[in-house]
Amino acid sequence: MAESFGRAASVRHGVRAYLLIVAMWVRSTLTYRASFVIMAVGNAAGSGLEFVAILLMFSHIDALGGFGLPEVALLYGASATALGLADLLLGNVERLGSRVRDGTLDVLLVRPAPVYVQVAADRFALRRIGRPLQALAVLGWALTRVQVDWTPGRVVLVVAMLLSGAAIFGAIFTLGAAFQFVAQDAAQVQNSFTYGGNAMLQYPPTVFSRELVRGATFVIPLAFVNWLPALRLLGRDDPLGLPGWVDFLGPVVAAVMCGGAALAWRAGLRGYRSTGS
Amino acid sequence: MTDGTEPGFIELAEVAKAFQVRRKAGRLRRSRHEVRAVDGISFTVGRGEMVGYIGPNGAGKSTTIKMLTGILVPSSGRIRVAGIDPSRERTRLARRMGVVFGQRTTLWWDLPLRDSYELVRRMYRVPYDTYRKNLDRCVELLDLGPLLATPVRQLSLGQRMRGDIAAALLHDPEVLYLDEPTIGLDVISKARVRDFLREVNASLGTTVLLTTHDLTDIEQLCRRVMVIDHGRLVYDGGLAGLHEVGESERTLVVDLAREMAPIEGVPGARTVKVEGPRQWLAFPASQSAAPVVAAVAERWPLVDLSVREPDIEDVIARMYTGRAE
Amino acid sequence: MFWHRTAGGGAVGGAVALYAAVARGGFRRYATYRTATAAGVFTNTVFGCLIAYTFQALWHERPHLGGYDQAQALTFVWVGQALLATVALTMGGGFHEEMQERIRSGDIAVDLYRPADLQLWWLAADLGRAGFQLLGRGVLPMVAGALLFDLALPASPLLWAAFLASVALAVTVSFALRYLVALSGFWLLDSSGVAVLSGLAAMFFSGTLLPLRVFPGTFGEVVRMLPWSSAHQVPADVLLGRYPGLGLLGALAFQAGWAAVLLAAGRLLQAAATRKVVVQGG
Repeated sequence: MAESFGRAASVRHGVRAYLLIVAMWVRSTLTYRASFVIMAVGNAAGSGLEFVAILLMFSHIDALGGFGLPEVALLYGASATALGLADLLLGNVERLGSRVRDGTLDVLLVRPAPVYVQVAADRFALRRIGRPLQALAVLGWALTRVQVDWTPGRVVLVVAMLLSGAAIFGAIFTLGAAFQFVAQDAAQVQNSFTYGGNAMLQYPPTVFSRELVRGATFVIPLAFVNWLPALRLLGRDDPLGLPGWVDFLGPVVAAVMCGGAALAWRAGLRGYRSTGS
Repeated sequence: MTDGTEPGFIELAEVAKAFQVRRKAGRLRRSRHEVRAVDGISFTVGRGEMVGYIGPNGAGKSTTIKMLTGILVPSSGRIRVAGIDPSRERTRLARRMGVVFGQRTTLWWDLPLRDSYELVRRMYRVPYDTYRKNLDRCVELLDLGPLLATPVRQLSLGQRMRGDIAAALLHDPEVLYLDEPTIGLDVISKARVRDFLREVNASLGTTVLLTTHDLTDIEQLCRRVMVIDHGRLVYDGGLAGLHEVGESERTLVVDLAREMAPIEGVPGARTVKVEGPRQWLAFPASQSAAPVVAAVAERWPLVDLSVREPDIEDVIARMYTGRAE
Repeated sequence: MFWHRTAGGGAVGGAVALYAAVARGGFRRYATYRTATAAGVFTNTVFGCLIAYTFQALWHERPHLGGYDQAQALTFVWVGQALLATVALTMGGGFHEEMQERIRSGDIAVDLYRPADLQLWWLAADLGRAGFQLLGRGVLPMVAGALLFDLALPASPLLWAAFLASVALAVTVSFALRYLVALSGFWLLDSSGVAVLSGLAAMFFSGTLLPLRVFPGTFGEVVRMLPWSSAHQVPADVLLGRYPGLGLLGALAFQAGWAAVLLAAGRLLQAAATRKVVVQGG
C-alpha cells in the first residue's frame, strides 16, 4: 500500500511538472500571437490537405474499397484526431536523439522532475492543436452523415476510440524515442508508424493487402486506433473475421502498449545512464 | 544518517566507471573494448568546503561530476551525497543540489531569464520569500537586472553563465557543482563569477566542487585541490603541497658581470638557460635558495639576482606528463 | 557550414573548382549520417507501400484516371518516395534550416561579405546533398517498390537520362524556392511559419499527395503550371514517357524556366537583404 501511495504521489508530481512546463511555453508562445496563429492554421491546413486529397479522389469515384466518402471521413477524422492529440501532448519526445547527441539530456537529469515529462513538455507547441481541431471538425461532419443508430453505448465507443487511439499513438512516439537511446539518428523510423500509420488508417482496411492488415492488428496494433471500433460503429465486418468482442479491446490494447512503452523508455534511460551515450 | 554534522558530506569509495567503446576495425568490423573513465576514486568533501577538481581532458572529471549528480550510474563503488545515493534517488537529491555546466545551459533556451527562474521556483517548490531573497541577491551580485527580460539564446556567454549560476542557487542548494564555470569568459566576467562563488561559499556555507582548466580559479577560490589523471586521483590536498608532489622547481635568475659559460658545479642546482650575462638556475622548490645563492656569489661575479616561484601550470603539466610516461 | 577558400581564384576555372568542392562537401557531409539514411529509406518504403495500396484501390475503381494505367500510377508513387529526400521541398533536412538559423543569429552578415557568391555557394552545397540523397535514399525505395508492385519503368536509356536531367532541375527549382523562404527571415522575426506554409504548398502542388493530372478542370491546369509541379509531377511524367518527342525538351524547358525565374528572384531579394544588413548593421 505504501508503494502504491508513493507511485500515485510520483504520478501526481510528474503531471504537475508537465503542466508547469507546458504552461510556461504556452505563455511564451502567445507573446508572438501572429506567428502562433499562422503556425496553428498551417498545422491545421497540413492535415487538412490530406483530406482535400481524399475529396479530390471522391470527385472521381463514389466508393473506395467499398467505403463511401462519409465513412472514409470517419476513419480519417478518428485517426487524425488521435494522432493530433498524441503529437500535441507527447510529440516532442521524438527530439530525444538530438538531446542525447548535444548533451542536453544531462541537464534534464539534474532537475527534480521525471526526464520523460521534461522531454515531452519541453518546447510544448500549442500550434499543433490545429491538426486535432481540423480532424475533429471532419469527424463531426462524418458522424452526422454516416448511417448509425445512436445509443449511449455507441457514443462511449466513439469517445473511447479517440482516447485509446491517442494513447496508442502516444505509446508509439515513446517507443520511437526509447529506440533513439540506441540509434540517435533514427527519429524518422517512428514516423513510419505514427504519420505512416495515420496515412494508412485514413483509408478502409479493404484497400490494403491482408498481410498488412494482419500486421497492423497483431504486430503493431494500429487497427485498434480506428479501424476495428469504426467498423463496429458502421456495422461492417472486419476483413480478418475476428470475433466481435475484439472491436472493444481498444482501451486494453492502449494500456498494454503504454505499459510496454514505459518499460522500453526505462530500459533506454537506464542504458543511457550506464553508458553516457 | 550521515546528514549534516559529519565531515563526509560527499563521500566516494572506490568509485569506478567503465564504458564500452566500439572502434572501427577494418571496413565493417568493430571491436569492443573497455575504457575506464574513472578507475577507483575515493575521497570525502566536508560540508562547506570549496574544492577544485582538475585534470587534463578526458581524465574523468566530467564523468565524476555526472556520477555525483546522479546522471550516470557508477560501475562499482559507493557514492553518498548528503547521505543519498545519487543514482538511486536522483530527483530527491536534485532538490538539494545545484549544477552548472559551463558548456551548456540549464536554462530554457527560448524563455526570458525571468521565466526560466519562475519555472525553477515552481519545479523546485521554492517558498516565495526564499526565492525572492535568493533572486535579489543574485541579481545584485551578478548584475542580472538588465538581463531578466532577455531570452537566454540572446545572452552572451558571460551573461548566460551568470544567469546559469543564479538559477542553480535559487533553491538554496547544499552543494553546488560547477563544470568549467569560467570556460570562454572574459577577464571581467571571470572575476565577477569568482567573487560571487566565494561569497556564496563564505556566507551560505554551500559546499562547492568545481572543475576547471583555469588554475587561477583554483588559486583564488580553493584551499583544497584534487587532481585526477587517467581516471585516478593523483593528488588531494592543499595548493602548496602540489609543488612537492609535482617536483616543482624554483628558479634563481642571476645577472653576471659579463657573458660567461653556463654555471656548473652548484650543488642541487642546474643551469637551464643562458642569455648574454643572464643565467637561469633551477633547484627543487623544497630546498632553500640561500646555499645556491651563496655558492654562485662565491665563485662568479654576481651583479644582481632574483628568485622565481614555481608556476602552478607548470607543476600540473609536469604531473600529467610524469604520469603519462 | 564549412568555408573552403581556394588560393588565388578570380578565373572561371577557379570558381568552378570552388563550387565543385563545395558540392563534394555537401555530398560527403550527408554521407556521414548513416543511421539517418537507413531510417529514411525504411520510412520512404513504408509510405510508398501505403500510398501504393490506396492508389491501387483508386485505379481499380477508375482505370486510366489522369491518363495513367495502374502500373504507371504506382510508378508515380515510388518516384515520389525516391525523390522526397532528394528534392527536400516538403520535408525539412536541406540547407534552408541552417541558413534560417544563420539569419536568425546574425552570422549571415559574415557570409554576405565572403568572396564567394552566397546563392551559388548554397546551391552547390544543396546539389551535393541532393546527389547523395538520390543514391542513398532514392535507389533502395525504388527497388523495393519494383519488387513489391508491378511498375512501369522504361527500358529506354534516353528516358532515364532525361529523368536524371529533370531531377537535377527539380532540385534547382526546389533550392530556389527554399532560398526565397530562408531569405524571408531577413524581414520576418520568425520565418518558420513561411517554411511551414511553403512545405504544405509543395506537398499539395507537387503531386505528392495525388498526381496533378487527377486535379479537375481549370484548377488542375493552373496547378500544373506552378513551379511546384517541377518537383515531382514533371520528373515522374518524364520517366513515364508522357512527353513524346520534342515534348521532352519542352518539359525540361518548363523546369529550367522556373529555375531561372526563381533564382533571379532570389538574387533580387538577396540584394535587398544585403542593403538591409548594411543599413541596419545586421
